[in-house]
Amino acid sequence: MIKTETLSKKRSGPVLFSEYKQGEGVKKALELGRENILFELKSSGLKGRGGAGFPTATKWMLTAASNSDKKFIVCNADEGEPGTFKDRVLLLEYPELVFDGMIIAGYTIGAKNGILYLRGEYEYMLKSLEDYLELLRMDNLLGENIFAGKDFTFDITIRLGSGAYVCGEETALIESLEGYRGEPRNRPPYPVNTGFLGHPTVVNNVETLASVPHILIKGGDWFRTHGTDKSTGSKLFSISGDCKKPGVYELPWGTSINELLNLVEAKNTKAVQVGGASGICLPKSQFNRVLGYEDAATGGSIMIFNESRNMLKILKNFMEFFVEESCGQCTPCRIGNIKLLEGVERIEKDDFTFSYINNLKELGRTMQAASKCGLGQSSPNSFISILDNFKDEIFGAKRKGEKNV
Amino acid sequence: MLVLEKNALSEEIENLVGEFGKDRSALLQILQAIQGKHKYISDFAQQEVARMMDIHPVEVNSIVSFYAFLYSEPKGRYIVRLCQTISCDMSGKEEVAEAVQRELGISFGQTTKDKRITLEFTNCLGMCDQGPAMLVNEKVYTKLDPETAVNILSEIK
Ligand code: FES
Repeated sequence: MIKTETLSKKRSGPVLFSEYKQGEGVKKALELGRENILFELKSSGLKGRGGAGFPTATKWMLTAASNSDKKFIVCNADEGEPGTFKDRVLLLEYPELVFDGMIIAGYTIGAKNGILYLRGEYEYMLKSLEDYLELLRMDNLLGENIFAGKDFTFDITIRLGSGAYVCGEETALIESLEGYRGEPRNRPPYPVNTGFLGHPTVVNNVETLASVPHILIKGGDWFRTHGTDKSTGSKLFSISGDCKKPGVYELPWGTSINELLNLVEAKNTKAVQVGGASGICLPKSQFNRVLGYEDAATGGSIMIFNESRNMLKILKNFMEFFVEESCGQCTPCRIGNIKLLEGVERIEKDDFTFSYINNLKELGRTMQAASKCGLGQSSPNSFISILDNFKDEIFGAKRKGEKNV
Repeated sequence: MLVLEKNALSEEIENLVGEFGKDRSALLQILQAIQGKHKYISDFAQQEVARMMDIHPVEVNSIVSFYAFLYSEPKGRYIVRLCQTISCDMSGKEEVAEAVQRELGISFGQTTKDKRITLEFTNCLGMCDQGPAMLVNEKVYTKLDPETAVNILSEIK
């Protein structure tokens, strides 16, 4: 057996960072059988951890229901949202959870092939992950007749990305796997029907898959005891910026921003960006809000800004990011992000009117409605929330004060 | 490019197509392998890939131009990518950037004359809790300051 136990794990948390022995979840899955797995998953209320929050059980059921002879399970490890690094920790320190999750998914939906799509920036992990897969093959946890006699064949390959944020979008990721530009597809059809090479495909975030083994072992009801009614279980938060203890934390959903700031010892916090560059920026008055699908939703990126930071400069950094990363396929996103960045630059130079700014916010709302994929639908979030929530600093008295210095 | 070099490159691509397969879904892997070895994918290499995989050269070029980590122009043996995203920016990326530019005598986007190092900015590397961060080819370095960054770059040959 693989000696995962010998790897010292200093982390602790309610679900993902709790005790787990490699292979345990797979064994349990084979005992339970497909229907019971789907039942536990459904009762757990697990939703996609990448940010979109689609119910995992539904995705799996739709794919399991198809009688296509070829299906795929794809693990989305294209973690590119600014401020997100939880998948790095899972892949480096908890590969057994991620791979067991993939094996269980393969068994449940009836797929023989799993693909881990690893972002190009994480190529340094490739060797250790490949080695780990090789050990799983040696232990007959991958390959033919996994856990002898069960008539279940499954293997995992790893494919690298090449530096494109948009490939985190599941249909763009599939395009990339197929050897095309990572341009999102129109949906429907959804990957659960027409995915990789036209076959039914489940695309799940690393963290989603890693949660599955724990859910099967301890039960869906147990999972629900963590978190809130609408956001069950726990979440990994990637916390960076102005605080004493940045890093990855596993916390139950429903934790407030204030609690989180205390935990990481953040002082003089002015703003918290929830959900990365595509998320929203909250001012002090909203630090009592809670993290969860029903309130401040996030794939886990939390960036903390203290009083010394310039909010306009932060916004500019985000908009430059989107201008670079827009795939250019649809007009609202391709042109819209350039226009929003231009707006930030004009505010910087004091060359604007308020009617112009209002037009830009209107443009942002149009982008949210009219862009083809999540990139352009969410890129205006920080533009709108920063200009709204920090208007005193950006347009008002405080700005003047700064200028007189 | 010398005829001999061209032949060698063709053979290499033929081997890659043999290894990864002729299916379109192998295209990115083949291009990544060429990129990894040669640090860029020349026009000739793109044409050869297209010929051997039975796709139009423009298709190959559109892939190379789409992905930030694939290049059609020659780059240095070491491609240095400094993270420019906000958390690294706030932890001192600007000072690191200035120091390495001064040391190497080139700006970001350029390659040293001896073709040793190319400097580039990149977006979030997933090391935001340990910024500033950079990649040197596929290797990652974190918690940089101007001095450590310059030292790392002077050590690579
Ligand atoms: S912001 Fe630099 S690694 Fe994420």
